[in-house]
Amino acid sequence: MSLSRAFFAVIRRDLVLALRRRSEIANPLLFFILVITLFPLGIGAQPHLLQAIAPGIIWVSALLAAMLSLDSLFRSDFDDGSLEQMLLSPHPTSVLVLGKVIAHWLVTGLPLLIVAPLLAVFLGMPNHSLGILLLTLLLGTPVLSLIGAIGVALTVGLRRGGMILSLLVLPLYVPVLIFAGNAVQMAGSGLPVDAQINILISILLMALVLAPLPTAAALKMSIN
Amino acid sequence: MQTTHSLEGEGLSCIRDDRVLFEELSFELVSGQILLLEGKNGSGKTSLLRILCGFREPDSGAIYWCGDEIKESRFHAQMAYVGHLDGIKKELTVFENLKISLALSSVGRYPIDEALAKVHLGGYDDTPVQALSAGQKRRLSLARLLITENVLWILDEPFTSLDKQGIALIESLMTEHCANGGMIVLTSHHDIDLPEVDVQRIHLS
Repeated sequence: MSLSRAFFAVIRRDLVLALRRRSEIANPLLFFILVITLFPLGIGAQPHLLQAIAPGIIWVSALLAAMLSLDSLFRSDFDDGSLEQMLLSPHPTSVLVLGKVIAHWLVTGLPLLIVAPLLAVFLGMPNHSLGILLLTLLLGTPVLSLIGAIGVALTVGLRRGGMILSLLVLPLYVPVLIFAGNAVQMAGSGLPVDAQINILISILLMALVLAPLPTAAALKMSIN
Repeated sequence: MQTTHSLEGEGLSCIRDDRVLFEELSFELVSGQILLLEGKNGSGKTSLLRILCGFREPDSGAIYWCGDEIKESRFHAQMAYVGHLDGIKKELTVFENLKISLALSSVGRYPIDEALAKVHLGGYDDTPVQALSAGQKRRLSLARLLITENVLWILDEPFTSLDKQGIALIESLMTEHCANGGMIVLTSHHDIDLPEVDVQRIHLS
């Protein structure tokens, strides 16, 4: 009975599950792509305006796509009783929860990273800021999953938790949005962005350490 | 090398929505015994089981495992729970489901193949669970009890959707578990018939 074995087994199980019900991967990704492709159509022939707001569009879409995918994190486990079994495991729940969040990010966050550069070019973002955009997404999207997990864990037991979930989670997403959006904007104008990146790294590290504990506690409350 | 374990509830009570389900309930269970909770629907049987699992806090009273108040990891390493919900993923195969249960717990008396043969699911290893019938799913979730190491089984209506042979099978597994020094707390509407085991009954009303 080793903790690392349980941790990787949880990740593996969730990845296999995601592969078997593919719409779960496709949904947030499709949403992300659709929103970004609709913006130029809505704004019309104003390439400069589009270029100026491109970092914001990409980040807001990524954030909403992450929100959209959150509910699937614990829902099916809650409904079929797997969550009860996970909480009864002698292993610390927070570590197992971290495994689930990592799997969730691999399924819903990572695909955004892959298509983001393409969409950025599509919006006319300068090439030299693409690297920074990817870096902010790499640092920022795991934070969205980690913080979102706390919110989902709190609301998974409620009949209609969707509304409360957005109210709970969105304010906590704002710092990530501000620093990431700002970093990409400044990189576009050729300014140094070390400070923003460092802050994003510190937010990620803090979320990695601190988010699983309240998530585990909230799950215990929800299951009751 | 069999050590004796004990599960003790002291002065337990449970209040739900301003309704007292049970009060001042005490019991003691040692290795080799079965505790059968009886009572009509809504009398608090499942609530009591969930309190024993640690999902709910009792509104008063305490539960002791081998003399110590239940501390999660030590107690959870020695118990297994099969509830109303099967706790199995319908997209995964039978084998994958048991594998994840095993990874979350520690290796028990039987390897997965033998446990499946014991619950008459041999040969179903690679079948996705959604292709199984309700009774087969129930037997699969009961197979989890055999593959992980545990002393205490907590079963909530284990006979639901099982046929006559299935019920006889589970009864024989329960007898075997008790003979090996295990103990069981269960609720059932079906009257259990286990002549070799010391069965205590609590009637909740």
